[in-house]
Amino acid sequence: MKITEDTIKHVAILSRLEFDDKELGKMTKQMGSIINMADQLSEVDTKGVPETVQVVDRDTVFRDDKPEHWQDREDLMKNAPAKANGFIKVPVIINKDDDQ
Amino acid sequence: MNYLNENIDSLNKKLANGSLSADKLTKDTVANIKDENKKLNAWITVADDAKPAENLDFSKNKLAGIPIGIKDNITTKGVKTTAASHMLYNYVPVFDATVISKLKKAQATFVGKTNMDEFAMGSSTEHSYYGPTHNPWNLDKVPGGSSGGSAAAVASGQVVAALGSDTGGSIRQPAAFNGIFGIKPTYGRVSRWGLIAFSSSLDQIGVLTKRAKDSAEILNVIAGSDDRDSTVSEKEVPDFTSFIGQGVKGLRIGVPKEYMSDAVDEKVRAAVQKQIDFLKANGAIINKVSLPLTKYVVPTYYIIASSEASSNLQRYDGIRYGYRAKDTKSLVDVYVKSRSEGFGPEVKRRIMLGSFALSAGSYDKFFKQAAKVRTLICNEFDKIFADNDIIVGPTTTTPAFDIGSEISDPIKMYNNDILTISANLAGIPAASVPAGLADGMPVGFQIMAKRFDEGNIFRVADFIERNNKFYEKTPSGMED
Repeated sequence: MKITEDTIKHVAILSRLEFDDKELGKMTKQMGSIINMADQLSEVDTKGVPETVQVVDRDTVFRDDKPEHWQDREDLMKNAPAKANGFIKVPVIINKDDDQ
Repeated sequence: MNYLNENIDSLNKKLANGSLSADKLTKDTVANIKDENKKLNAWITVADDAKPAENLDFSKNKLAGIPIGIKDNITTKGVKTTAASHMLYNYVPVFDATVISKLKKAQATFVGKTNMDEFAMGSSTEHSYYGPTHNPWNLDKVPGGSSGGSAAAVASGQVVAALGSDTGGSIRQPAAFNGIFGIKPTYGRVSRWGLIAFSSSLDQIGVLTKRAKDSAEILNVIAGSDDRDSTVSEKEVPDFTSFIGQGVKGLRIGVPKEYMSDAVDEKVRAAVQKQIDFLKANGAIINKVSLPLTKYVVPTYYIIASSEASSNLQRYDGIRYGYRAKDTKSLVDVYVKSRSEGFGPEVKRRIMLGSFALSAGSYDKFFKQAAKVRTLICNEFDKIFADNDIIVGPTTTTPAFDIGSEISDPIKMYNNDILTISANLAGIPAASVPAGLADGMPVGFQIMAKRFDEGNIFRVADFIERNNKFYEKTPSGMED
């Protein structure tokens, strides 16, 4: 499987990451060799084999839905990188001059 | 003070008879850590204000007043928890992980947070935003990873025990490289509430100590069901210390030929074979077995772990906590710039690999196929465990490598985990116990058991430890 710079650019968008030209070249090369290694998996005959996505020994777990005191708003807000008037601050989301 | 010649029992005795005060123990421990950290860089945060719990009860709580290290991906209320990432450089959790609450109840003392590979992704602790940890046996070597800080801290006698996490070998490989004991319990044995998620179907919290019994003491405290983690089993937790001091007569031991092949360093194999011969001489039954899919475990693991990581790490968006990039113009800009500036190169590689494996056109070929191969790997273990109580072999293919020697070659770095990954994929418990030295560096002997059979692991590890007494050795890098 050939991994091109376009593949990496597409996956970067999915991952909400960006790379400059130098990083993009390096990432393309490294991802290429990693995907090449992962490609070995196609050698294994898995016809009719079910997938294992977890190894938990319990079925769906239920617990009582009872309210409890968990955290204070003030404590939670301490980690917010930007805040104003008791709210977390972010850049403008809807801007009529901007298509974003 | 250091703990090179101490264990939980010996410290508990001194604390109980008053020959050592918990206050002095805490102060001396912190002072020693700060002093040695210049050399080893095993800690990201050292708790200057550490103090023992109140009303210590030394007869009820073995861990009362005993300082313990915590890997920096386990949340500690009010104490910075970074996962060794720039992304969480200023993150102060507002809650304790369940394992921390349990250790607090057992009156353990918290002295700081240990260094690791960023978000537990790595096998050398070189992928830390806070710089690499050095191996106490040779300061130019890596301590392994990702729990490299915990392993180096224990091996150098800074603490008698430390918690780690193991997703593909992150407790066992550093335990092997540092000449100590490290156990990854069964998936579902210990709550992961408060463990910063990497790969949720593989992650498990465990313990690193010099002595197997000390890990049993700590596992006794941290194991068991938790309303906050539905993946924890409700199975009864045995007293793990009851498996200490037993023999191995009649124990059926499988040795996979793939684990003793030419791909494993000759001196590593020799040290491991010596332990196998010793077990045999003491009545264990040794069976040659095979795990033919071993050559596929690395790709299987990297697809599954990275896919889960790409999903788990979506939460780091720079909005509610952690690093936020400056001069951003839109919301998407905040996400992309914060993530691109906040994550290190290895984390980005894993997110990219995971996003790729889960993306349209790749999902069936990579993620689904890896999940199917995982089933076949589980089946191979089930087959061997039908006729064997435990499986043994080396923990790693080589002893610790030089700092800087593999960091630029991800594939080479990933292959470090070939002997440890399978236990995570199958969800079985596994541990590493020191086997001896190869060219002056420690070699780990790996013991894997059936799900929820940590007992046989402690039984064998303790039996080996009592014979080779590796714990009496002082790491060569600490002699000055």
